[in-house]
Amino acid sequence: MTQARFPNRHLLGIQGLGPQEITTLLDLSDGYVEKNRSNDRKMNTLRGQTVINLFFENSTRTRTSFELAGKRLGADVINMQASGSSVAKGETLIDTAMTLNAMHVDVLVVRHPDSGAVKLLSEKVNCAVINGGDGAHEHPTQALLDALTIRRRKGHLDGLTVAICGDVLHSRVARSNIHLLNVMGARVRLIAPRTLLPAQAERLGVEVFHDMRQGLRDVDIVMMLRVQNERMRGHFIPSIREYFHFFGLDYEKLSFAKPDALIMHPGPMNRGVEIDSDLADDVERSVIREQVEMGVAVRMACLDILTQNLAEVK
Amino acid sequence: MAARTPGRVAYVNARLLDPASGLDARGAVLTDGESIVDVGPGLFAGGVPSGIETVDCNGACLAPGLVDMRVQLREPGEEHKETLFSAGQAAVAGGVTSLVCLPNTDPVIDDGATVEFVARRARKNGLAKVYPYAAATKGTLGQELSEMGLLAEAGALAFTDGTKAIKSAQVMRRALAYAATFGLMIVQHPEEPSLADGGVMTEGEMATRMGLSGITPAAEAIMLERDMRLVELTGARYHAAHVSTAEGIDIIRRAKARGLPVSCDTAPPYFALNELAVSDYRTFAKLSPPLRCEDDRRAVVEAIKEGVIDVIASDHAPQDQDSKRLPFAQAAFGGLGLETLLPVTLELHHNGYLTLLQVIDRLSWAPARLLGLPAGRLKAGAAADILVFDPDRPWRVNPEKFRSKSKNSPFDGRPVQGKVLRTVIDGRPVFIADV
Repeated sequence: MTQARFPNRHLLGIQGLGPQEITTLLDLSDGYVEKNRSNDRKMNTLRGQTVINLFFENSTRTRTSFELAGKRLGADVINMQASGSSVAKGETLIDTAMTLNAMHVDVLVVRHPDSGAVKLLSEKVNCAVINGGDGAHEHPTQALLDALTIRRRKGHLDGLTVAICGDVLHSRVARSNIHLLNVMGARVRLIAPRTLLPAQAERLGVEVFHDMRQGLRDVDIVMMLRVQNERMRGHFIPSIREYFHFFGLDYEKLSFAKPDALIMHPGPMNRGVEIDSDLADDVERSVIREQVEMGVAVRMACLDILTQNLAEVK
Repeated sequence: MAARTPGRVAYVNARLLDPASGLDARGAVLTDGESIVDVGPGLFAGGVPSGIETVDCNGACLAPGLVDMRVQLREPGEEHKETLFSAGQAAVAGGVTSLVCLPNTDPVIDDGATVEFVARRARKNGLAKVYPYAAATKGTLGQELSEMGLLAEAGALAFTDGTKAIKSAQVMRRALAYAATFGLMIVQHPEEPSLADGGVMTEGEMATRMGLSGITPAAEAIMLERDMRLVELTGARYHAAHVSTAEGIDIIRRAKARGLPVSCDTAPPYFALNELAVSDYRTFAKLSPPLRCEDDRRAVVEAIKEGVIDVIASDHAPQDQDSKRLPFAQAAFGGLGLETLLPVTLELHHNGYLTLLQVIDRLSWAPARLLGLPAGRLKAGAAADILVFDPDRPWRVNPEKFRSKSKNSPFDGRPVQGKVLRTVIDGRPVFIADV
């Protein structure tokens, strides 16, 4: 076994990871992609280990993806939804963490609506913690699965130009992707109305655009972000029709990107809001379903590597 | 209106005033159809060739038609006060060839269809060209952003909640940020509503003596100060309408010195009248913002001269008799402005504050430049939107003779100097004074 290929007990974010650590995770994920495609999908790497999916925010795809990843590796996986749990009865985050810790869990996958909550929880437990998304801060496994999707299609990440479009202000996906792509040598552009951009966004090492046609010019990758409906009612943007007209991805706007540019979306999509429906289904351009497949492999790699580290500590 | 396509017309024996080029000289202008084809001091020095219609200006001034960047139309919704047609007639009688209207109609101009309705109706009238502002927030309710991008594509020039300030700092910030996304301008009525609420005139000794509730002049400064910070935060293009206080002017002056993308206008009542005009509870002088004290009036004059105030606009606000023949507190705000814009502004010239070129700059070229309108210039290729006026001729303001449907002029009965003789739009004479 390789020593300290990934010298971190937790995976709390992309920020702080170096290219070597990211490459290690992506390489390991590649192996799991092949494994998942074969008939021999069930492994016992994590047999006897317990993974708890602790979700304080609704999720279908991320939770299912982690659950499947854990089960493919042979772990015992338990899903805890915040509603209907002790959290709903008023238990504090730290008490919940201490309670689960006392049960000798190996990995906690945590999603929480507040930025920084996953880190706070990680400081109170002995197990490994994976950030399944915290507020508008980070969603590291999403950035890793996006990187894996791109790397498998384009062969590399360095030198590519990636446009991230839409609600950057509220997006943890955007933040994790910006960190990862910058570390790996890609150039990142953000395209959004000013009301959906965080302050001093350009300080994150990106180029900022407010016009899709300018921003998409000659890009290799177009990452669309989900815009939540409640943000469409005049507070951040006036209406869905205005948003789609200026910032929704359609064939006309996409024509400014490179002819072989790929379209990505972290899901769930709002068809006709941020992306044209036909374009979302275009197998030539859209890799949205491939991203979901990569998600399981990436999460297997994360569970695998963090439990290896735990074993070494013990 | 006149649908006849004009041929070639020579305007000779004129004092040409073109602030864009700095031209102030005797000369002539030649128009062909809808456009100006030649301008100059030497033009037709040897006489006008046959086949060209000649208009002898008899030494009067010839300038680009006025561009009025703040006019309230009452159509759709309040046609008993003013229609697009009556406002168009009042405009051309006042020498205004392009005007920008506020969205405070009923329905509010906050969708593309209403923008197009106003533009189409105005085009049919063939009078002053009408460019609409659209609402910055839906229904001008100050809560949700309007569809600025789509509205701009439909022809909206800039965005404002009209006679209402955008009250919430957060909404204003987002409106500015959103407008900046598309490079659009926000026009603010700079008055903190929570301080203005219930007030009917400027706070101070006069209001105290009259027993009327006052609006502190600080309401303007507070709103402008807030907005300057939001402009700094968002980088958006910002225009303050009808600035009327010394403190407000100072804030704009400082913002400009810091390089913020800020401009402002004022209206004739704020440099030609002060709060004394409301004595006797004269409701025609009940304006929004209210008429100020004499020190503020003087500051406005100085700021126009200095250029801190970029533009003079009429702030035309027609009100019918039923809205004005009321106890002062109950009467509607607003005064007519289109037909007195030029003569009252010329007082600044006659009193030695502005040159004639500067008068035309503040009334035509400056607003056209600021709004990106194809107007305000005397040059070959420009639209033949022309104003011929006598800067000295005396007359007395008599609203009964106004073209406007309403009569609520704060300048009622005022002796003025300077008369519009002829207004030409796209080469067509749309107003000729009875000499």
